[in-house]
Amino acid sequence: MNDMTKPSSLPQHTPTQRHARALALFDPTLVKPAIAESFRKLSPRAQLRNPVMFVVWVGSVLTTVLGAQALAGQGEAPAGFILGIAAWLWFTVLFANFAEALAEGRGKAQAAALRGSRRNVVAKKLAEARHDAKVTVIDSASLRRGDIVLIEAGDTVPADAEVLDGVASVDESAITGESAPVIRESGGDFSAITGGTRVLSDWLVARVTTNPGEAFLDRMIAMVEGARRKKTPNEIALTILLVALTLIFLLACATLLPFSLYSVKAAGGGSPVGITVLVALLVCLIPTTIGGLLSAIGVAGMSRMMQANVIATSGRAVEAAGDVDVLLLDKTGTITLGNQASAFLPAPGVTEQELADVAQLASLSDETPEGRSIVVLAKERFGLRGRELHDAHFIPFSAQTRMSGVDIPAAGAVREIRKGAAEAVKAHVEALGGQWALAVYDAASEVARRGGTPLVVAEGKRVMGVVELKDIVKGGIKERFAELRAMGIKTVMITGDNRLTAAAIAAEAGVDDFLAEARPEDKLKLIRDTQAEGKLVAMTGDGTNDAPALAQADVAVAMNSGTQAAKEAGNMVDLDSNPTKLIEIVETGKQMLMTRGALTTFSVANDVAKYFAIIPAAFAATYPQLKVLDVMRLNSPDSAILSAVIFNALIIIVLIPLALKGVKYRALGAGALLRRNLLVYGLGGLIVPFVGIKLIDVALGVLGLA
Amino acid sequence: MTAVEAGSAFNTAVSFVTNTNWQGYGGETTMSYLTQMLALTVQNFLSAATALAVVVALIRGFVRRSAAGLGNAWLDLGRATGYVLLPLSLLFALFLVGQGVIQNFSAYQDVKLTEPVTYQQPKTDAHGQPVLDAAGKPVLDTLKTDKQTLAMGPVASQEAIKMLGVNGGGFFNANSAHPFENPTPLSNFAQMLSIFLIPAALCFMFGRLVGDMRQGVALLAAMTLIFIAMFAVVQWSEMHANPLLTQLGVDGAAGNMEGKETRFGIVASTLFATITTAASCGAVNAMHDSLLPLGGMVPMWLMQLGEVVFGGVGSGLYGMLIFAMLAVFLAGLMIGRTPEYLGKKIEAFEMKMVSIAILITPLLVLGGTAVAVLSKDGLAGLANPAAHGFSEALYAFSSAANNNGSAFAGLSANTPFYNILLGLAMWFGRFVPIIAVLAIAGKLAAKPRLAVSAGTMPTHGPLFVVLLVGAVIIVGALTYIPALALGPVVEQLQLFGH
Repeated sequence: MNDMTKPSSLPQHTPTQRHARALALFDPTLVKPAIAESFRKLSPRAQLRNPVMFVVWVGSVLTTVLGAQALAGQGEAPAGFILGIAAWLWFTVLFANFAEALAEGRGKAQAAALRGSRRNVVAKKLAEARHDAKVTVIDSASLRRGDIVLIEAGDTVPADAEVLDGVASVDESAITGESAPVIRESGGDFSAITGGTRVLSDWLVARVTTNPGEAFLDRMIAMVEGARRKKTPNEIALTILLVALTLIFLLACATLLPFSLYSVKAAGGGSPVGITVLVALLVCLIPTTIGGLLSAIGVAGMSRMMQANVIATSGRAVEAAGDVDVLLLDKTGTITLGNQASAFLPAPGVTEQELADVAQLASLSDETPEGRSIVVLAKERFGLRGRELHDAHFIPFSAQTRMSGVDIPAAGAVREIRKGAAEAVKAHVEALGGQWALAVYDAASEVARRGGTPLVVAEGKRVMGVVELKDIVKGGIKERFAELRAMGIKTVMITGDNRLTAAAIAAEAGVDDFLAEARPEDKLKLIRDTQAEGKLVAMTGDGTNDAPALAQADVAVAMNSGTQAAKEAGNMVDLDSNPTKLIEIVETGKQMLMTRGALTTFSVANDVAKYFAIIPAAFAATYPQLKVLDVMRLNSPDSAILSAVIFNALIIIVLIPLALKGVKYRALGAGALLRRNLLVYGLGGLIVPFVGIKLIDVALGVLGLA
Repeated sequence: MTAVEAGSAFNTAVSFVTNTNWQGYGGETTMSYLTQMLALTVQNFLSAATALAVVVALIRGFVRRSAAGLGNAWLDLGRATGYVLLPLSLLFALFLVGQGVIQNFSAYQDVKLTEPVTYQQPKTDAHGQPVLDAAGKPVLDTLKTDKQTLAMGPVASQEAIKMLGVNGGGFFNANSAHPFENPTPLSNFAQMLSIFLIPAALCFMFGRLVGDMRQGVALLAAMTLIFIAMFAVVQWSEMHANPLLTQLGVDGAAGNMEGKETRFGIVASTLFATITTAASCGAVNAMHDSLLPLGGMVPMWLMQLGEVVFGGVGSGLYGMLIFAMLAVFLAGLMIGRTPEYLGKKIEAFEMKMVSIAILITPLLVLGGTAVAVLSKDGLAGLANPAAHGFSEALYAFSSAANNNGSAFAGLSANTPFYNILLGLAMWFGRFVPIIAVLAIAGKLAAKPRLAVSAGTMPTHGPLFVVLLVGAVIIVGALTYIPALALGPVVEQLQLFGH
């Protein structure tokens, strides 16, 4: 169903398809309302939004009137012929309406599912920002930005909000699909809570950050609903081109009437070409295929984003994703799984097992991925199990000491175990009067040189050794970067690591460039410099300090787990908080543009065959010699014209799946991609209508209709 | 010489200002030496220099980054005239004099013919218009003469810029078929070469200015491809004898010699016809009206393509760049990026201007032809009945709106109706695209220039050349197929269909 989710060995978050249930392309629940909607969209006001289809609409009205006139006995051609043309012109309009309605229906179905997660709930509004302030129970729909709410265990978060007070575990699975609850607390990068998620324990006092209808989701829903959808820049430019083509053909067809009048007079025979035939020719020539499917393509692009659990704030952003030249990717979480313990390097006089034991003790309560990996490694290597420590006092990591550890009371003394950066532990040990082992220093340097992170462990004033932490690059990521390179997109890894470590990881992951020891302001500067070179930059971010960079980047994807500031600064939010998804977003953006280009080329290429069908037919009476141009050998002039009109209408229906799914994306360079698409949609567009029109003509002949 | 009629003066003035050099009059019987030198030759230089200034402004639009200006138009005008057109014209004029092109202020000379000639010519009234009989046919006088008046004049000086500036307005009515304008096979060859000289050289200038010679070569390749194909068609067509003449007993072995100068023969005439219409020159050394229908369709279609196959001095290149932007826009979307050309994004505004530039000429050509074949005045000018008469009107408007200036000689265009209508077609056909091009140039100059990556559509390889040729041909074909079908196509089928 979704072309861009390719099988990959990336260990990703479980993709949540529960809200964006994948509906079959022509799912009956979508088709029926879409058919009704197709007729509703026949109103001239709706048609005016699409100039190309408006011309068809006018043509339909005109031929219907001519048909009625013919029924009354004064027609320019047999009533059956005129009404046949009129009917198929109406079908052309209806098919285009149907394509748009179907795309909108899909988008709405997905949005409705997403919206289901934020059904109106009861909100406990607080008079002031205190846990024990007076509570008013109101409906969540009447909450406004700035309102203070209390959310207690078991409550659903009534709106997007920022935590002011309290710490609580929150189940965000409704949005992200991640079953493990997350901690939300005031201040820092974990203060944003999303409407629709559920508080599992404790309580939170939070300030509402959005008015109803302004949340990302609401904006997204507005974008798939036709009437409120704004055209993207490329869509506007393409529409201008389509209007220009329509005008050219209007001119070519309108002047045919005087030319035909002259020809009849000059040739002394035949009859001038009729209005019905000219309208038929005009509708066949103007780019109805792309004109009819243009808005469906745009809506479908949005819809594909939503299926990937990405909420975009504008179509412009999705389109810009296709233009991106440089991807800035955070190292941890995107490129690597983070630091994992890989070896114990004991100090002289210490066994490896002793070191492992001490390191495990120090890490038992360390919930960071690094800490957990030390516990696991000690268990794997030496069968050391995690122990319940009573009376132990855990020392959390702090920015001042740059160490963490544990104090274990044992036989009147206290075992003070510390782990941390080499410099920090050296200072700690020397302060206690201990001796810093040179061998440990060498081991630590060696680890750093290899691109790992050395973690020195000490018990009291005795240095026990080094735990080597190695950053593990995600499987399959290197191939993904190679694909991006083929597409002309450069990847830059952003990391706080030192240059040595960064270079080692960058080489292993196959990124094009890296920014080491990066501070938020470095990131911002990198984006500005890259943009100054004339490149478009995409990035992901989640922290408040990412906000300036997110605001500067051309495509900025904020993680749903990130802060409100980050989400406000970005132009997309990834509900799965999966930074790797940036790559998929770029592909979706490209796909949307490619689909438009492919269908435009196809539409224009189609015209050649239509000329060969209609021109000889229209002037058969005046200049029988033109019969030579009828290379398809069609049954009769009437059948030729009708076949061309029918083909023109049916091709819209046939191409709906392509418009909704998008042209298949391939990681190729621009030249190769262009050659391929020109061959498929350009050459294909030349040939297909010859075959199609001939087949319809044969069918009409068999049915005895022409 | 007496003063020309106001309509003709308007038409001629517009014609030379717009670099069209459509001539509703016969030079040697209408214009004084002073008018030819002062009014017409000066415009030959200035109209060409104007287009050069415009194309340079457009190229600067591509090259400059986030800039506010496009340079000084007066300076460019001066450079184009002083550094390019004048020196080249001087050299070429000297060469032409060496070949035998006349350059004098002598009075017309009478020479005695070796044998007297009897001929018929349409009777004209006081205004120079043909006198019609009751049936609407021109009244013919039968005359006999034993002497011929040879027109003289400062021909070489005008001849040089006529070719180099791709103007095409001949000193004499017979244009480059006249022995005093084009005396030898060598001068004929040099004239053809000089038509293409500046339009082709501009492609290289473009390559140098944008800093990538391959970009210029790609445009040149696209032009050359279309040109060679079109020449092949004309040549193929003219190698056939006209079946109507063969029926009368004319030996058709040599092909269709009607309307061609025997000094040059078929190949030199068809090549000249293709070159002069590919470039927007309009000088002729054979009568295009006498080409066989398909042979006549090609020059007409080359003009209808928008005079972008080499085209005019400057105007050919900016016309081709308009098509390049169109091609890039169509194909650029297919590679999944906002289309860009030479690092500049092609967006809504550019597409609007590209559309205007591409729309205006079909509007003038098809609209003008429609008016002509509907109105009594228009029909009166057509020399031939049926499809060929239609071709004459279509050719005239194609030539005027695209600023070519060559004529299907059959049309009597020196009437108020055609003078005014064609004058308007020339004016709008020249200046509306120029306004659109300058608007694009200004907008592009203000944009940053994007970096090239593997994801950027290459605009220098064979693929782009094919794409560009495709864009030119498809737009030209889709716009003009119905009209061409009713003119040359049906005529060809009538002629050879039996």
